[in-house]
Amino acid sequence: MASVDVTHPARRPFTGRRVHLGDVLLQTVAALASAGATALVLLIAWKVFDGARPSISRFGLSFVWHAVWNPVVGREAYGAGSFLFGTAITSFFALLFATPLAIGIALFLTELAPRAVRGPVTALVETLAAVPSVVIGLWGILVLGPALRSYIEKWLHAAFGFIPLFGSPSAAGASLFTAIVVLAIMILPIVSSISRELFLGVPRELKEGALALGTTRWEMIRGVVFPYARGGIAAALILGLGRAMGEAIAVTQVVGGGVFVHWNLFSQGDTLASKIASEYQGATSNLDQASLVYLGAILLVLSLVANVTAQWIVRRVARRHGVARGGHA
Amino acid sequence: MSAHGLTGPSLRLDRLPRRRRVNRVMEMLAWLAAAIAVAILGVVIWSVASKGASELNLDLLTKPPIPFSFTNAPQGLSNAFAGTLVIVALATAMALPIGILVAIYLNEFAPPPVRAGLGLALDVLAGVPAIVVGIFVYGLLVVGGGGQSGVKGAFALATLMLPFVARTTAEVLGLVPDSLREASLGLGVPRWRTTLSIVLPRAAGGILTGTVLAVARVAGETAPLLFTSSLVGPQTSWNPLHALQTVPLAIFELSESADPKDHARAWAAALVLLLFILFASLTARWLATRTARKLAGR
Repeated sequence: MASVDVTHPARRPFTGRRVHLGDVLLQTVAALASAGATALVLLIAWKVFDGARPSISRFGLSFVWHAVWNPVVGREAYGAGSFLFGTAITSFFALLFATPLAIGIALFLTELAPRAVRGPVTALVETLAAVPSVVIGLWGILVLGPALRSYIEKWLHAAFGFIPLFGSPSAAGASLFTAIVVLAIMILPIVSSISRELFLGVPRELKEGALALGTTRWEMIRGVVFPYARGGIAAALILGLGRAMGEAIAVTQVVGGGVFVHWNLFSQGDTLASKIASEYQGATSNLDQASLVYLGAILLVLSLVANVTAQWIVRRVARRHGVARGGHA
Repeated sequence: MSAHGLTGPSLRLDRLPRRRRVNRVMEMLAWLAAAIAVAILGVVIWSVASKGASELNLDLLTKPPIPFSFTNAPQGLSNAFAGTLVIVALATAMALPIGILVAIYLNEFAPPPVRAGLGLALDVLAGVPAIVVGIFVYGLLVVGGGGQSGVKGAFALATLMLPFVARTTAEVLGLVPDSLREASLGLGVPRWRTTLSIVLPRAAGGILTGTVLAVARVAGETAPLLFTSSLVGPQTSWNPLHALQTVPLAIFELSESADPKDHARAWAAALVLLLFILFASLTARWLATRTARKLAGR
């Protein structure tokens, strides 16, 4: 460990308010790096909207809801409608599946788990978060997709086929449903680890007070833990939603692709992120490319709104409770 | 709901058996949720390990792939492993110094309003989807400037790493006790020297932990590389000025192939990637406990 030789005669005491060149230098360099990081955010926004400009000027805002993607030269027509729909439906259902599980895990880890189990399970859930999306996607396309199609999708279609969500399964394993399950797996560790931190922040006196009133553990959780952590959980869910919307690779691998707006979860589709990712081998024209970037711009706006909202909630909750930051985005 | 439902009527004793049953069911559901999460991880890891083990050999690391061939000649993904090493090393070299500087500014110099703004910028940057970072770098560097390259892919990964490194480093710097800074400044050591020679070495363990985690995280990233370093041949190259194949991208491409032999290599590559990430996480955890012990012990 490097240390400063403070006894050196050259280091005279009482040099007082002398301005050190080193101070100015370090502060300037650090401030420049920070300015660069901030500028990077603006640069990303500018570059993405700039790249989308040909498509924006051609199709305007109606691009956002038109469900069409026709790259045939002379009859080009582009719109994000079907992809936006795919993004909405997959992230919504992923969140729907992941939320109760994540909260259950967090409750288990904070209230129920024996000490010997708590550490390992926490580590395992964190490990799930570290599995790369391309590996989850590989598993999704080769193992999960076929399994879901031949068992769960077939069974749900047979039993509840009258509900539009449970239409006939697609021939390949690819489906919106597979994407939903994959996304749910990916956001599960995020939501559960933030919820866990929130539950740990609930003051012990409140919990013990409730138990002393004669509540069961569940009544204590419902009456004390949930109300206390409500805002933070909302923020965790929004962060999870942002993550689900932005996930490109795993979804591309399992969702199948296509320009569809339909409610059949067992058929294939596309999301904003997966459409961009699946076209990486090269766009057919300038307009095609600009339209892909336009999809990226919509995605950027959606995830920024989600992120800033979540941060805002976290800050508001932190101010009210005086608890530590709820999570790391 | 009256005062969170913890009032007299809801806590009636004659309902106690029912209340206990509800409690029992809820507790079991929480156990079940945890079991499901662990089971999912188990199934994923077991799938990767069992399907990847057969192709996991030295050829995978040392031999290049042979595209469009139906031969049984041994082939591997040496181009992908070389590319991932180069690109991740370059990304770390870009993100680490800048991230540490940002953290130093955030924690040691910035006045409170600037700190809040910079914190928000880092959060926003961390929230930009990886695929959008990919098309950003594509628009910024690839379109106008000579096509894809490993350096551009590394820049995209560095963009993802930066907020993570800056945040974790700032957190560790915040843990260094102020008494150390005050002692150093009190001895007449200038601020910059205090920061670089007293505060930073003290935080080195935590910074290393954060860096290892960041490396583990971007080593598996595919989306930012799709548009920046993906159009590649099968030959192994270490030159970052050319587009380089990477392990995640190779898995992505092989997973969409129809050939089962390609799938086998995808599983094997996934196994290597997963082992690396698990190893890195364990190392980070070990470093973190060691650092915590060291900080507490002195």
